[in-house]
Amino acid sequence: MEKLFKTVSFMSATLVMVLLASIFFSLFHTAKPAIEEYGFGFIKEKAWDEEVPIENDIAATPVKKEEPKAAVSSDDDDLASMLAGNTSDVPTKTVYGGLIPIVGTLLSTLIAMIFALPIAMGIAVFLAEIAPKQISNIVGIAIELLAAIPSIIFGMWGLFYFAPIVQSFVGGYQVSLLTAGLVLGVMILPFMAAITRDSMRTTPDVLKESAYALGATKFEVIKDIIFPYSKAGIIGSVILALGRALGETMAVAFLIGSVFSLPTSLTSPTVSIPVAMANSFGEATGMKTSALFYLAFLLFIISFAVISIAKFYFLRKDNK
Amino acid sequence: MPIMSIEDFSFTYASAPARSLSNINLPIQKNCITSLIGPSGCGKSTLLRSLNRMHDLYPNNEYEGKLMLLNQENDEMENILDIKKENEFIQLRQRVGMIFQKPTPFPMSIFDNVAYGLRISGIKNKTELKDRVEDALKGSALFGEVSDRMNKSAMGLSGGQQQRLCIARAVALKPELLLFDEPTSALDPISTAAIEELIVELKKDVSVAIVTHNMQQASRISDYTAFMYLGDLVEYGETEQIFLNPREKKTEDYITGRFG
Amino acid sequence: MRLLVNKIVLLLSTLSALIGLSFLAWILFTLIGKGLSSLHFSLFLNDLIDGGLRNLIVGQFIMAGIASLIGVPIGMLAGIYLQEYGSGKYVRFIRDLSDIMMSAPSIVIGAFVYAIVVVPMHGTSGIAGSIALAIMMIPIVINTTDNMLSLVPKELREAGIALGASKYRVILDIIIKAAKVGIMTGLLLAFARIIGETAPLLFTSETSNYFSVDLKEAYPSLTVSIYALANDPTSSSRDLAWAASFILTMLVLIINLLGRYITRKKG
Repeated sequence: MEKLFKTVSFMSATLVMVLLASIFFSLFHTAKPAIEEYGFGFIKEKAWDEEVPIENDIAATPVKKEEPKAAVSSDDDDLASMLAGNTSDVPTKTVYGGLIPIVGTLLSTLIAMIFALPIAMGIAVFLAEIAPKQISNIVGIAIELLAAIPSIIFGMWGLFYFAPIVQSFVGGYQVSLLTAGLVLGVMILPFMAAITRDSMRTTPDVLKESAYALGATKFEVIKDIIFPYSKAGIIGSVILALGRALGETMAVAFLIGSVFSLPTSLTSPTVSIPVAMANSFGEATGMKTSALFYLAFLLFIISFAVISIAKFYFLRKDNK
Repeated sequence: MPIMSIEDFSFTYASAPARSLSNINLPIQKNCITSLIGPSGCGKSTLLRSLNRMHDLYPNNEYEGKLMLLNQENDEMENILDIKKENEFIQLRQRVGMIFQKPTPFPMSIFDNVAYGLRISGIKNKTELKDRVEDALKGSALFGEVSDRMNKSAMGLSGGQQQRLCIARAVALKPELLLFDEPTSALDPISTAAIEELIVELKKDVSVAIVTHNMQQASRISDYTAFMYLGDLVEYGETEQIFLNPREKKTEDYITGRFG
Repeated sequence: MRLLVNKIVLLLSTLSALIGLSFLAWILFTLIGKGLSSLHFSLFLNDLIDGGLRNLIVGQFIMAGIASLIGVPIGMLAGIYLQEYGSGKYVRFIRDLSDIMMSAPSIVIGAFVYAIVVVPMHGTSGIAGSIALAIMMIPIVINTTDNMLSLVPKELREAGIALGASKYRVILDIIIKAAKVGIMTGLLLAFARIIGETAPLLFTSETSNYFSVDLKEAYPSLTVSIYALANDPTSSSRDLAWAASFILTMLVLIINLLGRYITRKKG
């Protein structure tokens, strides 16, 4: 019995590794046709679900276009014929590239971080250092409840209430990179604030007291003692929030527009990896599914890397 | 002549139902070392932390009575319990320094640790900073050990060195009164001896109040000793008198090790 | 000058807290305003095909329930292994992997389950949705169990062993009991987390307009339907989406508060 229990619990623990490995391999396996077809060029390819003439395929890819020694005149001709929509007589194939969703993911995350970071730090400082204990507890719970609200609610609220207000200030479309990034920011804000507060609270009281005993103000104690002391934890928390933003689907899906075009400005709609998956999966077959899995695979690798950095480098518990 | 005079002083913690200190009357003599001794929970640390208003970092703690601190400029006594403004707190804490039970090096270099109090008090001049940091380190008998690694992290020092660094950090501000809260309880005997020697050395320039649970330490270094029990001051006098010829039965029982 | 900077920074920080709180208030008031006005008792009696939410709520609960039946025992056993049996590098390795898995994008989990369950089964199903949610849940349960067991004093274990009890008895009878409150709270929070998930269900369970208990078919999901309804241009669909959002959020928040209440009461 003892042995059985131990074995079962060991297997349960090992399942974590098995699951992660299966996620990795199954994503890779399903993405394989796309990986073989496009290789690393996938991440630089702008076209998504576009018909491209097979012979001119090379010229049409932006990567190759920039090659210096191409025969200029013939290239121009090809482009001209393409632009004229004169492709019907040439055999075509559909091309999938990851550039747009990758850029959309990175930019929306960047906007979210720029928006959330200062406010989250402010909240964390308020909770850890400024507010009296009771207020800190109540506000802390409120912030954690905000973090518990399902992301689809953030998306809906963002689309119908938040985006119109942003739009009235900056113009452009309601669904755009900017509004998606901001709502994403609102969503990761409480998470970032709560774990940053927890990191800041690890600073021993006596260390703070010794700074106060030298005549430091509260701000100086925060700046010179608490931040340096809990630096690793804070950076780790921020990176963890970043990882969350990268992989967030629903909050962004309502707002980013789900349009496969590179954003020309902050207020233009685009798409991110999770949103591309959420909205295109249903009707996808063949190479398209494979390309979506290529995106999922990339997202998995990126967030795996980001989270690992946060966990191993900054948040190692036995570091201190 | 006292640098501080504690008069009818009582203190109540926000979380406690009753007073933790009641009606304490006690002088802290200038350029002398005054020890506060007594069993755990007697209120000696609470009293010490009142003297630079450390309790004000937490809300709703209550002081009563007077804590009179000598203003060295006009030789008048001023009640530090009247302090309400932030800048007055800052001044008070620069005049009354504090060393804690465990060494508290800040997460920065050795130099920056000692310079910290000076910098925040507005000293920017590099040579002045350097001079005062070196003076403070020399005064704390640490300079020789660290002069070649001033820019290294203070975390790399040994426990005893860290505590001397904290003393240097407090001394650098040229305080009038230094409060030591069991400064050697986390240290080995050799480091303890070095700190004790240093404290005795310091009293030329600064008055000292020290809380200690170690009676030998009190008898070795202090000029005056106060024995506290359950929030009351039981007996105060010259150290020699307290240890050799206590007036109160309680004091005698404590120093002969019958309780505590 | 120093004091002024100090004041300004403290003020800004307090302001940040107010901003955070106002977002919470804004979202809640929106939900209450839009949700309550669209909320009817009949929503709980009819299925989506008749303009109600009954099948969606039941479906969401069943999937989250099955996910818990899979995820809780596995997660707790794994947590027990990490804290009580394992040691050294392997434990650290698994703990790290579990932490990483906890933060893995939920849509990727959905894609994974799509590849290993939906494709072989030739279609979306309630079982696929439940598996996706269970995978989301396992690392959260591991983390909770691991943390809560680590708070149980070593003496308690030794005392149990000293009485001649076998280790698994000590774990089940003494240690788990000692950590019960914390673990319960963690499990409630984990349940609250998965019941509000959308992304992992999008292409695993999808959703259905009809009441269904057949786990081999596309399964009604509250969250997935909210997404569909909210994107529907008709205002009645949107109202339904708001009512559903209101119900979902209240559910999640109540479970959350319940978890906290248990900890405060007994912990």
